[in-house]
Amino acid sequence: MDQPVNPADIHKAIVEQQKIQDRKKLMVNGVLLLLLLAAPFVMYPVFLMKILCFALFAVAFNLLFGFTGLLSFGHAAFLASGGYTTGYLLSNFSGLTTEMGIIAGTATATLLGLAFALLSIRRQGIYFAMVTLALAQLVFFFFVQSEFTGGEDGMHGIPRGELFGLINLEDNLNMYYFVLVVFIACYLLVQRIVSSPYGQILKAIKQNEPRAVSLGYNVDRYKILAFVISAALAGLAGSMKSVVFQLASLNDAHWHMSGEVILMTLVGGMGTLLGPVVGATFVVNIEYQLSQGPLRDWVDPILGGIFVLTVLAFRSGIVGELQKFMRKNLG
Amino acid sequence: MTMMKKLLTSAVASALMASGAQAAISDNTVKIGYLADMSGTYRDLAGPNGLTALEMAIKDFGGTVNGAKIEVVSADDRNSPDTSSSTVRRWVENDKVDLVAGMVASSVSIAVSKILEENDRLGIISGSAASSITNEHCTPNHIHYVYDTYPLANGTASAVVKEGGKTWYLLTADYAFGHALEADVTRVVEANGGEIVGTVRHPFPTQDFSSFILQAQASGADVVGLASAGADTTNAITTASEFGVTQAGQTLAALLLFLTDVHALGAETAQGIQLTTGWYWDMNDETREWSDRFMKETGVRPTMVHAGIYSSTMQYLNAVAATGSDDAQTVRKQMMDTPINDMFAKNGKIRVDGRMVHDMYLAEVKTPAESKNEWDLYKILRTIPADEAYRPLSESKCKLVN
Repeated sequence: MDQPVNPADIHKAIVEQQKIQDRKKLMVNGVLLLLLLAAPFVMYPVFLMKILCFALFAVAFNLLFGFTGLLSFGHAAFLASGGYTTGYLLSNFSGLTTEMGIIAGTATATLLGLAFALLSIRRQGIYFAMVTLALAQLVFFFFVQSEFTGGEDGMHGIPRGELFGLINLEDNLNMYYFVLVVFIACYLLVQRIVSSPYGQILKAIKQNEPRAVSLGYNVDRYKILAFVISAALAGLAGSMKSVVFQLASLNDAHWHMSGEVILMTLVGGMGTLLGPVVGATFVVNIEYQLSQGPLRDWVDPILGGIFVLTVLAFRSGIVGELQKFMRKNLG
Repeated sequence: MTMMKKLLTSAVASALMASGAQAAISDNTVKIGYLADMSGTYRDLAGPNGLTALEMAIKDFGGTVNGAKIEVVSADDRNSPDTSSSTVRRWVENDKVDLVAGMVASSVSIAVSKILEENDRLGIISGSAASSITNEHCTPNHIHYVYDTYPLANGTASAVVKEGGKTWYLLTADYAFGHALEADVTRVVEANGGEIVGTVRHPFPTQDFSSFILQAQASGADVVGLASAGADTTNAITTASEFGVTQAGQTLAALLLFLTDVHALGAETAQGIQLTTGWYWDMNDETREWSDRFMKETGVRPTMVHAGIYSSTMQYLNAVAATGSDDAQTVRKQMMDTPINDMFAKNGKIRVDGRMVHDMYLAEVKTPAESKNEWDLYKILRTIPADEAYRPLSESKCKLVN
């Protein structure tokens, strides 16, 4: 006869398991943090900042795509509106400190995100993607036409200025640690959102929207909030990028950029927290390395090939496949 | 003892002198970074063949300058100012690149020039069109070598009016670049006694030009001006050809068009178009001789950008040799002081704002009957003198002027 199982024991075992999992996660995150802190002494800081900005952009996109199941094809609009707003303010109002400019850029992207969300959220699937693309094209045309963006020439010579009026951001190391702090804060925020009850509802919407509706959730409101948060973080990424590079250009607003962030998220692993970060690092690196080497005529075909390969053979991306592998082989 | 001393001092002195002469060329290497669109829309007009032109210049120069090595690194700019600026920052800060050459998209050129100014290195921009590069965006650290939009509007418009094209109809790309061209063309046409009878703005970019071309035809203007660039211009030309615009007696004036664009369109489609160019391969024996060598290496005829890259690299290396230095300001001053006389330009001069001014040419695309081979595409109608072609310094907004 089997011993009757005590429910308390099961609970205990689950909690134990959870603790071990948490400890593992903490260790991985700790190692990553140390690497990020040491990175600028080994690698080129501006390049690292570029990776961090794109990683934040991809993390923002993934919140919507990977966790809520909404494929926006217009995220370039938020990246660019954040960048242009910050750039314009910092170039024209010398009294503004850098963080004010960045906050203003993020706020603009947030409002734009709200407008996009209200207009597009009632459509689903391909229609949702097309509506967001169309809206983003409108924003692109606005930036092309406007005087203040410099049109094709772009906006140049944006001052990095001083953080809180104290820390000189002209110094690459200071700038790097500022970007790193913002990035980590946003990453933790997204982690918190995803694991919160709100995040659970987002996942429920992704898996089965009618059921979420039947459970009494106002699905549209949840989706709009997710869209706005995602737009805000994308705008923040754009704002920081314009400060890092001291320029903002039409490339950020072009639909290619909306495509690139999809590529980053898919390659890294959508629906995982670390996936978009890995994906952004991978894509930015590949693009940079290839553009320097003998294969530089082939950057686009190679990126396209990677995209096709990911979609056909490695659906869950680099991080997703790694997780699967670990689960299978390492318990 | 004294003998020994003498020997020693002379040895030390000569060692000092030798090191003194070499110290001027930093780490005894002149390093050139070639940055251009290698894979995108602007690939043909500069791209990998521009790198070949650069390497030809180095080879013709002898491979070394005052005993110092000449090294080349290259990268694709992806037409993206941020990719380019991280590349160039790394080049100047880590790889000790002395000169950045090539550069096509204006946003890339401006972004790079700001970095060069910050780090006091030199850039020679050969591919870009924007005249703002040596106007509000001028720096003491770059030179704009081949052409810009000012002579495109100024040159083509005044020349076409003088050739008898009095009434104009403009097809303008609806963004800043198109608006600027439209304003310039309007000013020049009216100043020369011509008249703008109508303008239509098309979205940027546009694929279907039929309704715009029909309006232009209906206007009955002598000249249909295309205030656009790249794919917009070639699309408009293709449509105009289908509607028989030039055959019906109207002149098509393209403002920005490269030899490679015309080659892709073919003489059949592009015949009769008037355009401004900074250089053409089939102008004289010198240009033909160089173009033949270029064609042997690449299989195509050079554009004005390719020729400009060759010429400017040669000028740069000559200046380094003459001054024995690769310091940006020393070399730039030497280049400004030396008139340019080679297969690319006669009496070309680099101004204080970094603009290289030289004669430009009004060309007309040959008809298939006139064209003897696939690259025999232009007839040069007239020369636009350098001081007429480019924006005078008196109108300049550049911080280095006055």
